[in-house]
Amino acid sequence: MTATQARHSEHTQESTPVLRFEDVVLGFEGVTALNGVSFTVNQGELFAVIGPNGAGKTSIFNVLSGVYRPQRGAVRFGGEDLLGRRPHAIARLGIARTFQNIELFSNLTVLDNLMLGRHHHHPYGVLAAFAWLGKAQRNERANRRAVEEIVDFLELTQWRRFPVGLLPYGVQKRVELGRALASEPKLLLLDEPVAGMNLEETEDMARFILDIRDDLGLPMVMVEHQMGLVMDLADRIMVMDFGKPIRTGTPKDVATDPDVVRAYLGEEHRVVEKP
Amino acid sequence: MSRPLLYLSYKQDMALLNTPAKRWWTLVLGLVAVALPFLLTDDLLVVLATACVASIGAIGLNIVTGYGGQVSLGHAFFLGLGAYTAAALSGDPDSTRLIGFGITSLPVWLLAAGLVAGLAGLIVAPLAARLRGLYLAVVTLGLVFIGEHIFKHWRELTGGVGVGRPAAVPELFGFQFAVDGELFTKAQKLYLLMLVLLVIFGVLARNLVRSRTGRALAAVRDRDLAAEVIGVDVTRYKMIAFAVSSFYAGVAGALLYVMIGFVEPGSFNLGMSVQYIAMVLIGGVATISGSVLGALFITLLPRVTRELPAVLPFISGSSAAGGITVFQVETILYGLLIIGFLIFEPRGLFGIWIRVRTYWKSWPFSH
Repeated sequence: MTATQARHSEHTQESTPVLRFEDVVLGFEGVTALNGVSFTVNQGELFAVIGPNGAGKTSIFNVLSGVYRPQRGAVRFGGEDLLGRRPHAIARLGIARTFQNIELFSNLTVLDNLMLGRHHHHPYGVLAAFAWLGKAQRNERANRRAVEEIVDFLELTQWRRFPVGLLPYGVQKRVELGRALASEPKLLLLDEPVAGMNLEETEDMARFILDIRDDLGLPMVMVEHQMGLVMDLADRIMVMDFGKPIRTGTPKDVATDPDVVRAYLGEEHRVVEKP
Repeated sequence: MSRPLLYLSYKQDMALLNTPAKRWWTLVLGLVAVALPFLLTDDLLVVLATACVASIGAIGLNIVTGYGGQVSLGHAFFLGLGAYTAAALSGDPDSTRLIGFGITSLPVWLLAAGLVAGLAGLIVAPLAARLRGLYLAVVTLGLVFIGEHIFKHWRELTGGVGVGRPAAVPELFGFQFAVDGELFTKAQKLYLLMLVLLVIFGVLARNLVRSRTGRALAAVRDRDLAAEVIGVDVTRYKMIAFAVSSFYAGVAGALLYVMIGFVEPGSFNLGMSVQYIAMVLIGGVATISGSVLGALFITLLPRVTRELPAVLPFISGSSAAGGITVFQVETILYGLLIIGFLIFEPRGLFGIWIRVRTYWKSWPFSH
């Protein structure tokens, strides 16, 4: 997939959103996590979701990847309805994600983790695996070649053969991004990609996210607490509070919205417009 | 080639024996293994042949427990299924006492034993997909007791307690393995047969665990939620792990009593399951070569403890005499070894090997 192809599809599909989240309600015994959330993500767009703790940001991701089943609403991705599908089936449709707390396979090497990201590419059966003849070997090699490109792209070369459990935190975050990218997704979900990182690691990650958007033209949904990063990177932002979106718009619109300021900073800190 | 570790293709890199050291070790081990029948006495060869078979069973358990991360105490049940499928298929068809079909061809009854056990594994697998950890261990424990009951009371198949039945007859295209021949003794023939079978099943398992199936199993073991979200059908792979493991157990069970020539229905008990778990833990979790090491270790252990009464007078060779018996010593040793390895080297014998290897690689520097 070259950048020009990606840009091309961006232009032709601009009118139809990649992802459409419609009036989703999700509750757990008395707690309403999502209370009528709607948004759309367009082709090639970086869509950020922000909000205080417990606002329902990660719940959106868990609904998207099929971990939670909402009581009401619809989630459409491409032409498909996502609700009621098992997580692995949704992954096969082309949605990849990273997790807030790293969820890597800690005993496996970086290469194996990335290879797992390509689990449904070039598949072969159990019997073929036993024999390890033509098809299994060919498909393994094809996947390996693709994985090495990701290794290159994310500058993971020196860590390739390390079990990920031994790697520094920032590198683990990068491996997780790599695992999601390895699956050649059509939509990428990033759950707090720079949480707990130092400045240098954060800047690296920001650079990778920009590269993904510019080179691959991949639409992304990002949940993040670090406002500086969100304001710099996002095309549009949805602000959540108590399971409800309170404002959706460009970074500039959102930053000056009085409701947003109230949710984030409290009542007294209301922005006073100077005359 | 002056730079043996320089890989020019992914094929070289992904090969099973991808370093010169591995190639040399394999060659040396292979030569030693083939030379052993001409160096050792027949009774030791029988023990080694049993160790080869136990290795196949241990590899099976390691696939479900080591790679798949699902503790199974039911391995003895699947071993028993394999043993009786093979024994019944190759049994005497004219016998009035026992079921027998007279199919003595080794590939036929071996495959059948594996498939019957594998199928049983598939039937149990949906439980495994829903349970984990201790709950799964308890359910599979139940399996052993059900199996023990059936084996003890289905006299037409197993011969009943204390009587038993003849084990499967190993015959390949008219060649009999279980009788002394002109060139080779029975023990030599059986040892070589089991060695070849171990190599075949070992390489097959090694292929499986480095494939996408093996990676998916490890992913389910390490983090099942993440595995599901990146596109691994967790239920499916748990079932695959169980079926493959049971297949290996069936194959091992079919071969296990060929050396003695006799199957006793009481032997497929919890103790046997624990033995296999000990092999996996002592050998090395989630390694194929570790399973073989563990099986060798556990199978050779009784041979060593049997020598103890001569050295230590307070240990007696039979339960009739007073004091502590060799069998008790054996049981105590199992326990101590499992605890010791879990605390000091959770990667088992394989882990010790890795340490030695790293030491020599970096010698004379300590890091």
